[in-house]
Amino acid sequence: MKIPYYPGCTLKSTAKHFENSAIASAKALDIEFIELPKWNCCGVVTPLAEDDIMHHVAPVRNMIRVLEMNKAGTVSNEKRLLTLCSMCFNTLKRSSLRVKEKIDDLDILNDFMYKEEDYDGSVEIVHFLEILKENGFDKINKKVKKSLKDLKVAPYYGCMLLRPKDIGLDDPERPTIFEELLSALNAPPVDWRAKNKCCGSFLTLENKETVAKLGHDILTNAQKSGADMIITSCPLCAFNLDNRQKIIKKIHPEFETIPVLYFTQLMAIAFGLDKELIGLDKNFINPIPLLESKGLL
Amino acid sequence: MKMKENMVTVYIMGEAYDVPDSSTIITAMEYAGFQLTTGIGCREGFCGACATIYREKGDYKLKGALACQTVVTDGMTLAQIPFMPSEKPIYNLQEITADINTVKELFPTIFRCVSCNTCTKACPQDIEVMDYIQALKKGNIAEAADISFDCIRCGLCALRCPAEIVQYNAATLARRLYGRYLAKKSPEVDESIKEIEDGKYDKELDDLTKMDRKTLSEKYYSRETKLR
Repeated sequence: MKIPYYPGCTLKSTAKHFENSAIASAKALDIEFIELPKWNCCGVVTPLAEDDIMHHVAPVRNMIRVLEMNKAGTVSNEKRLLTLCSMCFNTLKRSSLRVKEKIDDLDILNDFMYKEEDYDGSVEIVHFLEILKENGFDKINKKVKKSLKDLKVAPYYGCMLLRPKDIGLDDPERPTIFEELLSALNAPPVDWRAKNKCCGSFLTLENKETVAKLGHDILTNAQKSGADMIITSCPLCAFNLDNRQKIIKKIHPEFETIPVLYFTQLMAIAFGLDKELIGLDKNFINPIPLLESKGLL
Repeated sequence: MKMKENMVTVYIMGEAYDVPDSSTIITAMEYAGFQLTTGIGCREGFCGACATIYREKGDYKLKGALACQTVVTDGMTLAQIPFMPSEKPIYNLQEITADINTVKELFPTIFRCVSCNTCTKACPQDIEVMDYIQALKKGNIAEAADISFDCIRCGLCALRCPAEIVQYNAATLARRLYGRYLAKKSPEVDESIKEIEDGKYDKELDDLTKMDRKTLSEKYYSRETKLR
Protein backbone atom coordinates (compact mmCIF):
# COMPACT_ATOMS: atom_id res chain seq x y z
CA MET A 1 0.00 0.00 0.00
CA LYS A 2 1.02 3.60 -0.63
CA ILE A 3 0.19 6.22 1.99
CA PRO A 4 0.89 9.97 2.22
CA TYR A 5 3.55 10.56 4.85
CA TYR A 6 4.25 13.62 6.99
CA PRO A 7 7.77 13.48 8.54
CA GLY A 8 7.97 16.66 10.63
CA CYS A 9 11.06 18.77 11.33
CA THR A 10 12.67 16.57 13.99
CA LEU A 11 12.60 13.47 11.80
CA LYS A 12 14.66 15.35 9.23
CA SER A 13 17.27 16.46 11.76
CA THR A 14 17.91 14.90 15.17
CA ALA A 15 15.59 11.89 14.74
CA LYS A 16 16.68 10.86 11.23
CA HIS A 17 17.23 7.31 12.52
CA PHE A 18 13.55 7.17 13.52
CA GLU A 19 12.54 8.01 9.95
CA ASN A 20 15.07 5.71 8.29
CA SER A 21 14.18 2.71 10.43
CA ALA A 22 10.43 3.34 9.99
CA ILE A 23 10.59 3.61 6.21
CA ALA A 24 12.75 0.46 6.00
CA SER A 25 10.51 -1.56 8.35
CA ALA A 26 7.40 -0.43 6.51
CA LYS A 27 8.97 -1.41 3.20
CA ALA A 28 9.54 -4.92 4.56
CA LEU A 29 5.78 -5.05 5.15
CA ASP A 30 4.96 -3.67 1.67
CA ILE A 31 3.88 -0.31 3.08
CA GLU A 32 5.31 2.58 1.10
CA PHE A 33 5.49 6.05 2.64
CA ILE A 34 4.97 8.78 0.05
CA GLU A 35 6.34 11.95 1.60
CA LEU A 36 4.23 15.07 1.03
CA PRO A 37 5.92 16.85 -1.91
CA LYS A 38 5.83 20.05 0.12
CA TRP A 39 5.16 20.42 3.82
CA ASN A 40 5.61 22.82 6.70
CA CYS A 41 5.84 22.56 10.47
CA CYS A 42 2.91 20.62 11.97
CA GLY A 43 2.13 23.66 14.11
CA VAL A 44 3.29 22.58 17.58
CA VAL A 45 1.80 23.17 20.09
CA THR A 46 -1.97 22.88 19.58
CA PRO A 47 -3.61 26.18 20.56
CA LEU A 48 -6.18 25.71 23.28
CA ALA A 49 -7.79 29.15 23.09
CA GLU A 50 -11.12 29.04 21.25
CA ASP A 51 -10.35 32.17 19.25
CA ASP A 52 -6.83 31.22 18.20
CA ILE A 53 -7.35 30.19 14.62
CA MET A 54 -3.99 31.41 13.32
CA HIS A 55 -2.15 28.42 14.76
CA HIS A 56 -4.35 26.04 12.79
CA VAL A 57 -3.05 27.45 9.49
CA ALA A 58 0.08 25.29 9.53
CA PRO A 59 -1.66 21.93 10.15
CA VAL A 60 -4.45 22.66 7.67
CA ARG A 61 -1.91 23.63 5.02
CA ASN A 62 -0.37 20.16 5.36
CA MET A 63 -3.78 18.53 5.02
CA ILE A 64 -4.40 20.45 1.79
CA ARG A 65 -1.20 18.84 0.44
CA VAL A 66 -2.81 15.42 0.92
CA LEU A 67 -5.73 16.50 -1.26
CA GLU A 68 -3.23 17.81 -3.84
CA MET A 69 -1.44 14.43 -3.85
CA ASN A 70 -4.69 12.63 -4.51
CA LYS A 71 -5.51 15.04 -7.31
CA ALA A 72 -2.06 14.61 -8.86
CA GLY A 73 -2.40 10.83 -8.66
CA THR A 74 0.68 10.39 -6.45
CA VAL A 75 -1.58 8.26 -4.26
CA SER A 76 -4.93 6.86 -5.27
CA ASN A 77 -7.87 7.74 -3.08
CA GLU A 78 -5.81 7.70 0.11
CA LYS A 79 -6.74 10.61 2.31
CA ARG A 80 -5.08 9.31 5.42
CA LEU A 81 -1.90 11.10 6.43
CA LEU A 82 0.64 8.97 8.23
CA THR A 83 2.76 10.39 11.04
CA LEU A 84 5.63 8.96 13.09
CA CYS A 85 6.36 11.68 15.65
CA SER A 86 3.78 11.57 18.46
CA MET A 87 3.77 15.35 18.73
CA CYS A 88 3.03 15.84 15.01
CA PHE A 89 0.34 13.15 15.24
CA ASN A 90 -1.27 14.94 18.17
CA THR A 91 -1.10 18.45 16.71
CA LEU A 92 -2.29 17.49 13.24
CA LYS A 93 -5.09 15.27 14.49
CA ARG A 94 -6.42 17.84 16.94
CA SER A 95 -6.51 20.47 14.20
CA SER A 96 -8.13 18.07 11.73
CA LEU A 97 -10.94 17.38 14.20
CA ARG A 98 -11.34 20.99 15.22
CA VAL A 99 -11.92 22.23 11.66
CA LYS A 100 -14.23 19.31 10.99
CA GLU A 101 -16.37 20.17 13.99
CA LYS A 102 -16.25 23.94 13.61
CA ILE A 103 -17.09 24.75 10.01
CA ASP A 104 -16.90 28.51 10.70
CA ASP A 105 -13.24 28.14 11.66
CA LEU A 106 -12.56 26.21 8.47
CA ASP A 107 -14.20 28.98 6.41
CA ILE A 108 -11.91 31.56 8.01
CA LEU A 109 -8.87 29.37 7.29
CA ASN A 110 -9.86 28.73 3.69
CA ASP A 111 -10.45 32.46 3.15
CA PHE A 112 -6.97 33.11 4.45
CA MET A 113 -5.17 30.68 2.11
CA TYR A 114 -3.62 32.00 -1.07
CA LYS A 115 -3.35 29.77 -4.11
CA GLU A 116 -4.32 26.57 -2.32
CA GLU A 117 -7.58 24.82 -2.90
CA ASP A 118 -10.14 24.91 -0.11
CA TYR A 119 -9.73 22.26 2.54
CA ASP A 120 -12.84 20.12 2.93
CA GLY A 121 -12.07 18.42 6.24
CA SER A 122 -11.66 15.00 4.63
CA VAL A 123 -8.11 14.12 5.66
CA GLU A 124 -7.66 11.63 8.48
CA ILE A 125 -4.50 11.75 10.58
CA VAL A 126 -3.10 8.34 11.50
CA HIS A 127 -0.05 7.10 13.34
CA PHE A 128 2.22 4.38 11.96
CA LEU A 129 1.24 2.14 14.90
CA GLU A 130 -2.39 2.24 13.76
CA ILE A 131 -1.41 1.28 10.22
CA LEU A 132 0.69 -1.60 11.59
CA LYS A 133 -2.28 -2.83 13.58
CA GLU A 134 -4.64 -2.51 10.62
CA ASN A 135 -2.13 -4.30 8.40
CA GLY A 136 -2.04 -7.14 10.91
CA PHE A 137 0.50 -7.85 13.65
CA ASP A 138 0.64 -11.46 12.40
CA LYS A 139 2.29 -10.15 9.20
CA ILE A 140 4.96 -8.51 11.35
CA ASN A 141 5.54 -11.77 13.17
CA LYS A 142 6.17 -13.54 9.85
CA LYS A 143 8.94 -11.05 9.01
CA VAL A 144 10.87 -11.58 12.24
CA LYS A 145 14.35 -12.93 11.50
CA LYS A 146 15.98 -12.29 14.87
CA SER A 147 13.90 -13.28 17.86
CA LEU A 148 13.84 -10.70 20.63
CA LYS A 149 12.72 -13.27 23.22
CA ASP A 150 15.60 -12.49 25.60
CA LEU A 151 15.07 -8.75 25.43
CA LYS A 152 12.74 -7.24 28.03
CA VAL A 153 11.27 -4.10 26.56
CA ALA A 154 9.27 -1.44 28.41
CA PRO A 155 6.95 0.37 25.98
CA TYR A 156 6.70 4.07 26.78
CA TYR A 157 3.58 5.82 25.46
CA GLY A 158 3.94 9.28 26.97
CA CYS A 159 0.98 11.65 26.50
CA MET A 160 0.80 12.58 22.86
CA LEU A 161 -0.35 9.23 21.50
CA LEU A 162 -3.11 8.89 24.08
CA ARG A 163 -4.40 12.26 25.22
CA PRO A 164 -6.84 13.88 24.97
CA LYS A 165 -9.08 10.84 24.79
CA ASP A 166 -10.87 11.96 21.59
CA ILE A 167 -7.70 11.84 19.53
CA GLY A 168 -5.78 9.10 21.34
CA LEU A 169 -5.05 5.95 19.35
CA ASP A 170 -5.67 3.67 22.33
CA ASP A 171 -7.17 3.59 25.82
CA PRO A 172 -5.55 6.55 27.63
CA GLU A 173 -5.26 4.64 30.92
CA ARG A 174 -4.59 1.08 29.78
CA PRO A 175 -3.11 1.18 26.29
CA THR A 176 -2.00 -2.09 24.65
CA ILE A 177 -0.93 -1.29 21.08
CA PHE A 178 2.82 -1.25 21.86
CA GLU A 179 2.48 -4.52 23.80
CA GLU A 180 0.74 -6.09 20.79
CA LEU A 181 3.58 -4.94 18.56
CA LEU A 182 6.22 -6.24 20.97
CA SER A 183 4.48 -9.62 21.18
CA ALA A 184 4.51 -9.77 17.35
CA LEU A 185 8.27 -9.15 17.50
CA ASN A 186 8.56 -12.00 20.06
CA ALA A 187 9.79 -9.51 22.66
CA PRO A 188 8.25 -10.00 26.11
CA PRO A 189 6.61 -6.65 26.99
CA VAL A 190 7.31 -5.37 30.47
CA ASP A 191 4.22 -4.28 32.40
CA TRP A 192 5.07 -1.13 34.30
CA ARG A 193 3.50 1.78 36.09
CA ALA A 194 5.14 4.77 34.37
CA LYS A 195 4.37 3.91 30.75
CA ASN A 196 2.06 6.89 30.22
CA LYS A 197 3.53 9.25 32.79
CA CYS A 198 4.58 12.67 31.47
CA CYS A 199 8.27 13.00 30.49
CA GLY A 200 8.30 16.74 31.20
CA SER A 201 7.89 17.72 27.55
CA PHE A 202 9.07 21.24 26.70
CA LEU A 203 10.09 21.93 30.29
CA THR A 204 13.34 20.39 29.10
CA LEU A 205 14.30 23.81 27.75
CA GLU A 206 13.51 25.87 30.84
CA ASN A 207 13.88 23.46 33.70
CA LYS A 208 16.19 20.54 33.05
CA GLU A 209 16.22 19.49 36.69
CA THR A 210 12.46 18.89 36.79
CA VAL A 211 12.71 16.85 33.60
CA ALA A 212 15.60 14.88 35.10
CA LYS A 213 13.47 14.20 38.19
CA LEU A 214 10.54 12.95 36.10
CA GLY A 215 12.90 10.96 33.88
CA HIS A 216 14.59 9.35 36.86
CA ASP A 217 11.22 8.18 38.17
CA ILE A 218 10.17 6.79 34.78
CA LEU A 219 13.49 5.09 34.02
CA THR A 220 13.98 3.51 37.45
CA ASN A 221 10.39 2.26 37.39
CA ALA A 222 11.15 0.52 34.09
CA GLN A 223 14.31 -0.99 35.56
CA LYS A 224 12.55 -2.16 38.73
CA SER A 225 9.94 -3.79 36.51
CA GLY A 226 12.72 -5.76 34.83
CA ALA A 227 13.22 -3.81 31.60
CA ASP A 228 16.45 -3.93 29.55
CA MET A 229 15.40 -1.07 27.34
CA ILE A 230 12.60 1.41 26.61
CA ILE A 231 10.88 2.12 23.30
CA THR A 232 9.00 5.25 22.31
CA SER A 233 7.53 6.99 19.26
CA CYS A 234 8.14 10.57 20.38
CA PRO A 235 11.39 12.47 19.64
CA LEU A 236 10.77 14.79 22.59
CA CYS A 237 10.17 11.90 25.01
CA ALA A 238 13.25 10.23 23.52
CA PHE A 239 15.30 13.34 24.21
CA ASN A 240 14.03 13.67 27.77
CA LEU A 241 14.47 10.00 28.60
CA ASP A 242 17.64 9.31 26.60
CA ASN A 243 19.82 12.45 26.39
CA ARG A 244 18.78 13.73 29.81
CA GLN A 245 20.26 10.60 31.45
CA LYS A 246 23.48 12.63 31.54
CA ILE A 247 21.96 15.01 34.12
CA ILE A 248 20.11 12.20 35.91
CA LYS A 249 23.44 10.43 36.40
CA LYS A 250 24.91 13.65 37.80
CA ILE A 251 22.08 14.08 40.32
CA HIS A 252 21.84 10.35 41.14
CA PRO A 253 25.35 8.85 40.81
CA GLU A 254 23.99 5.36 41.63
CA PHE A 255 21.67 5.48 38.58
CA GLU A 256 22.44 2.86 35.91
CA THR A 257 21.78 4.05 32.36
CA ILE A 258 19.21 2.28 30.17
CA PRO A 259 18.93 2.46 26.35
CA VAL A 260 15.93 4.23 24.81
CA LEU A 261 15.06 3.28 21.22
CA TYR A 262 12.41 4.25 18.70
CA PHE A 263 10.01 1.35 18.24
CA THR A 264 10.89 1.30 14.56
CA GLN A 265 14.57 0.70 15.38
CA LEU A 266 13.51 -2.38 17.31
CA MET A 267 11.38 -3.54 14.37
CA ALA A 268 14.32 -3.05 12.03
CA ILE A 269 16.56 -5.08 14.36
CA ALA A 270 14.01 -7.93 14.48
CA PHE A 271 13.62 -7.83 10.70
CA GLY A 272 17.40 -8.10 10.36
CA LEU A 273 17.67 -4.87 8.35
CA ASP A 274 20.81 -2.97 7.45
CA LYS A 275 22.70 -1.37 10.39
CA GLU A 276 22.88 1.96 8.58
CA LEU A 277 19.08 2.15 8.55
CA ILE A 278 18.75 1.29 12.23
CA GLY A 279 21.16 4.08 13.20
CA LEU A 280 22.06 2.84 16.68
CA ASP A 281 24.96 5.29 16.78
CA LYS A 282 22.39 8.11 16.99
CA ASN A 283 20.96 7.00 20.34
CA PHE A 284 22.48 8.87 23.28
CA ILE A 285 22.83 5.89 25.63
CA ASN A 286 24.68 3.30 23.56
CA PRO A 287 22.34 0.30 23.06
CA ILE A 288 24.94 -1.78 21.19
CA PRO A 289 26.49 -3.63 24.21
CA LEU A 290 23.01 -4.71 25.39
CA LEU A 291 21.95 -5.85 21.93
CA GLU A 292 25.24 -7.69 21.41
CA SER A 293 24.87 -9.45 24.75
CA LYS A 294 21.47 -10.71 23.55
CA GLY A 295 22.98 -11.87 20.26
CA LEU A 296 20.98 -9.40 18.21
CA LEU A 297 23.74 -7.64 16.29
CA MET B 1 -5.44 68.94 -22.66
CA LYS B 2 -3.76 66.22 -24.69
CA MET B 3 -1.05 65.89 -22.08
CA LYS B 4 -3.62 65.51 -19.29
CA GLU B 5 -4.83 62.29 -20.93
CA ASN B 6 -1.46 60.67 -20.15
CA MET B 7 -1.45 61.71 -16.52
CA VAL B 8 -2.65 59.80 -13.49
CA THR B 9 -3.25 60.97 -9.94
CA VAL B 10 -1.24 59.29 -7.21
CA TYR B 11 -1.23 60.00 -3.48
CA ILE B 12 2.28 60.23 -2.11
CA MET B 13 2.06 60.00 1.65
CA GLY B 14 -1.53 61.21 1.42
CA GLU B 15 -0.92 64.20 -0.89
CA ALA B 16 -2.31 64.17 -4.46
CA TYR B 17 0.06 64.60 -7.42
CA ASP B 18 -0.50 64.29 -11.15
CA VAL B 19 2.26 62.26 -12.76
CA PRO B 20 2.78 60.65 -16.20
CA ASP B 21 1.07 57.26 -16.38
CA SER B 22 4.23 55.55 -17.57
CA SER B 23 6.10 56.48 -14.36
CA THR B 24 7.49 53.94 -11.98
CA ILE B 25 6.91 54.73 -8.33
CA ILE B 26 10.44 56.16 -8.16
CA THR B 27 10.10 58.42 -11.18
CA ALA B 28 6.62 59.47 -10.06
CA MET B 29 8.04 60.65 -6.74
CA GLU B 30 10.83 62.51 -8.50
CA TYR B 31 8.34 64.05 -10.94
CA ALA B 32 6.37 65.25 -7.93
CA GLY B 33 9.48 66.97 -6.61
CA PHE B 34 10.79 64.55 -4.01
CA GLN B 35 14.52 64.11 -3.91
CA LEU B 36 15.32 60.53 -2.96
CA THR B 37 18.62 60.14 -1.19
CA THR B 38 17.93 56.83 0.53
CA GLY B 39 15.61 53.93 -0.31
CA ILE B 40 16.90 54.12 -3.85
CA GLY B 41 19.75 52.38 -5.62
CA CYS B 42 20.36 50.74 -8.97
CA ARG B 43 16.94 51.56 -10.55
CA GLU B 44 17.22 48.20 -12.31
CA GLY B 45 15.52 45.84 -9.87
CA PHE B 46 18.74 44.28 -8.63
CA CYS B 47 19.89 46.05 -5.51
CA GLY B 48 16.76 45.76 -3.34
CA ALA B 49 17.12 49.25 -1.85
CA CYS B 50 13.74 50.63 -2.97
CA ALA B 51 11.22 48.47 -1.11
CA THR B 52 7.88 50.21 -1.12
CA ILE B 53 4.38 49.78 0.23
CA TYR B 54 1.38 50.88 -1.81
CA ARG B 55 -2.33 50.40 -2.22
CA GLU B 56 -4.34 50.59 -5.40
CA LYS B 57 -7.66 52.37 -5.86
CA GLY B 58 -10.58 50.24 -4.75
CA ASP B 59 -8.35 47.57 -3.20
CA TYR B 60 -8.03 46.98 0.51
CA LYS B 61 -4.70 45.19 0.23
CA LEU B 62 -1.38 46.76 1.14
CA LYS B 63 1.06 45.53 -1.48
CA GLY B 64 4.83 45.48 -1.44
CA ALA B 65 7.09 45.98 -4.42
CA LEU B 66 10.34 47.45 -5.66
CA ALA B 67 9.61 51.11 -6.44
CA CYS B 68 11.86 51.10 -9.52
CA GLN B 69 10.03 48.12 -11.04
CA THR B 70 6.43 49.10 -10.43
CA VAL B 71 4.43 51.37 -12.73
CA VAL B 72 1.94 53.68 -11.04
CA THR B 73 -1.82 53.32 -11.52
CA ASP B 74 -4.48 55.96 -11.18
CA GLY B 75 -5.50 56.51 -7.57
CA MET B 76 -2.50 54.66 -6.14
CA THR B 77 -1.52 55.57 -2.58
CA LEU B 78 2.16 55.08 -1.86
CA ALA B 79 5.07 55.72 0.45
CA GLN B 80 8.74 54.96 0.18
CA ILE B 81 10.54 53.00 2.90
CA PRO B 82 13.92 54.59 3.49
CA PHE B 83 15.52 51.88 5.62
CA MET B 84 14.70 48.53 7.26
CA PRO B 85 15.84 48.57 10.89
CA SER B 86 15.69 44.74 11.09
CA GLU B 87 17.70 42.71 13.55
CA LYS B 88 20.95 41.41 12.08
CA PRO B 89 22.85 38.92 14.24
CA ILE B 90 26.63 39.09 14.09
CA TYR B 91 28.55 35.84 13.62
CA ASN B 92 31.92 34.60 12.53
CA LEU B 93 31.40 32.24 9.62
CA GLN B 94 34.52 30.28 10.54
CA GLU B 95 33.16 29.48 14.00
CA ILE B 96 29.65 28.24 13.17
CA THR B 97 28.38 24.97 11.74
CA ALA B 98 26.05 24.33 8.80
CA ASP B 99 23.26 22.76 10.82
CA ILE B 100 20.08 23.38 12.77
CA ASN B 101 21.92 24.47 15.93
CA THR B 102 23.27 27.56 14.20
CA VAL B 103 19.78 28.41 12.94
CA LYS B 104 18.34 28.00 16.44
CA GLU B 105 20.97 30.18 18.00
CA LEU B 106 21.05 33.04 15.51
CA PHE B 107 17.41 33.10 14.35
CA PRO B 108 15.23 31.66 17.14
CA THR B 109 12.21 33.57 15.78
CA ILE B 110 12.09 31.12 12.86
CA PHE B 111 10.53 28.63 15.24
CA ARG B 112 7.58 30.97 15.74
CA CYS B 113 6.55 30.60 12.08
CA VAL B 114 2.84 29.77 11.82
CA SER B 115 3.07 28.96 8.09
CA CYS B 116 0.77 31.85 7.16
CA ASN B 117 2.75 32.42 3.93
CA THR B 118 2.49 36.23 4.21
CA CYS B 119 6.23 36.49 3.47
CA THR B 120 5.81 34.66 0.16
CA LYS B 121 2.95 36.95 -0.82
CA ALA B 122 5.09 40.01 0.01
CA CYS B 123 8.15 38.96 -2.00
CA PRO B 124 8.70 41.05 -5.15
CA GLN B 125 11.09 38.37 -6.44
CA ASP B 126 8.42 35.63 -6.30
CA ILE B 127 10.53 33.56 -3.93
CA GLU B 128 8.76 30.89 -1.88
CA VAL B 129 9.93 32.58 1.31
CA MET B 130 7.89 30.42 3.69
CA ASP B 131 9.35 27.30 2.09
CA TYR B 132 12.93 28.35 2.81
CA ILE B 133 12.02 29.26 6.38
CA GLN B 134 10.50 25.78 6.73
CA ALA B 135 13.65 24.27 5.20
CA LEU B 136 15.75 26.06 7.83
CA LYS B 137 13.42 24.75 10.52
CA LYS B 138 14.27 21.24 9.31
CA GLY B 139 17.97 22.12 9.30
CA ASN B 140 18.16 21.82 5.52
CA ILE B 141 20.64 24.64 4.82
CA ALA B 142 21.23 23.64 1.20
CA GLU B 143 17.53 23.76 0.34
CA ALA B 144 17.14 27.15 2.03
CA ALA B 145 20.14 28.52 0.11
CA ASP B 146 18.73 27.18 -3.14
CA ILE B 147 15.19 28.52 -2.71
CA SER B 148 16.38 31.95 -1.53
CA PHE B 149 19.00 32.35 -4.25
CA ASP B 150 17.24 35.26 -6.01
CA CYS B 151 16.73 37.25 -2.79
CA ILE B 152 17.79 40.89 -3.13
CA ARG B 153 17.31 41.63 0.58
CA CYS B 154 14.64 44.30 0.18
CA GLY B 155 13.19 43.27 3.54
CA LEU B 156 9.47 43.25 2.64
CA CYS B 157 9.08 39.69 3.97
CA ALA B 158 10.28 40.74 7.42
CA LEU B 159 8.13 43.86 7.31
CA ARG B 160 4.93 41.82 6.90
CA CYS B 161 5.79 38.78 9.05
CA PRO B 162 3.41 38.35 12.03
CA ALA B 163 6.00 36.18 13.79
CA GLU B 164 8.69 38.90 13.56
CA ILE B 165 11.08 36.66 11.60
CA VAL B 166 13.85 38.41 9.65
CA GLN B 167 13.64 36.04 6.70
CA TYR B 168 16.13 37.73 4.38
CA ASN B 169 18.92 37.78 6.97
CA ALA B 170 18.30 34.10 7.74
CA ALA B 171 18.48 33.37 4.00
CA THR B 172 21.79 35.20 3.80
CA LEU B 173 23.10 33.01 6.61
CA ALA B 174 21.95 29.91 4.70
CA ARG B 175 23.74 30.95 1.52
CA ARG B 176 26.90 31.86 3.43
CA LEU B 177 26.90 28.50 5.22
CA TYR B 178 26.27 26.75 1.93
CA GLY B 179 29.16 28.52 0.23
CA ARG B 180 31.54 27.99 3.13
CA TYR B 181 30.72 24.40 4.13
CA LEU B 182 28.34 22.61 1.78
CA ALA B 183 29.03 23.65 -1.81
CA LYS B 184 30.91 21.18 -3.94
CA LYS B 185 34.59 22.01 -3.94
CA SER B 186 36.31 22.59 -7.25
CA PRO B 187 39.78 21.01 -7.29
CA GLU B 188 40.93 23.46 -10.00
CA VAL B 189 40.83 26.30 -7.48
CA ASP B 190 43.08 24.43 -5.05
CA GLU B 191 45.46 23.53 -7.88
CA SER B 192 45.67 27.14 -9.00
CA ILE B 193 46.27 28.36 -5.47
CA LYS B 194 49.07 25.85 -5.10
CA GLU B 195 50.64 27.00 -8.38
CA ILE B 196 50.56 30.58 -7.15
CA GLU B 197 52.07 29.61 -3.80
CA ASP B 198 54.75 27.57 -5.54
CA GLY B 199 55.76 30.70 -7.42
CA LYS B 200 54.78 29.52 -10.89
CA TYR B 201 53.69 33.03 -11.93
CA ASP B 202 56.22 35.05 -9.89
CA LYS B 203 58.64 35.71 -12.71
CA GLU B 204 55.94 36.78 -15.14
CA LEU B 205 54.49 39.16 -12.56
CA ASP B 206 57.92 40.57 -11.73
CA ASP B 207 58.58 41.24 -15.42
CA LEU B 208 55.26 43.04 -15.74
CA THR B 209 55.87 45.29 -12.74
CA LYS B 210 59.27 46.31 -14.11
CA MET B 211 57.97 47.25 -17.58
CA ASP B 212 57.66 50.88 -18.61
CA ARG B 213 54.25 52.23 -19.48
CA LYS B 214 54.75 52.04 -23.25
CA THR B 215 55.81 48.39 -23.30
CA LEU B 216 53.08 47.48 -20.88
CA SER B 217 50.48 49.18 -23.07
CA GLU B 218 51.78 47.43 -26.19
CA LYS B 219 51.75 44.10 -24.41
CA TYR B 220 48.22 44.66 -23.20
CA TYR B 221 46.78 45.44 -26.61
CA SER B 222 48.71 42.69 -28.36
CA ARG B 223 47.23 40.30 -25.77
CA GLU B 224 43.76 41.35 -26.91
CA THR B 225 44.71 40.67 -30.53
CA LYS B 226 46.23 37.34 -29.65
CA LEU B 227 43.02 36.24 -28.02
CA ARG B 228 41.24 36.74 -31.30
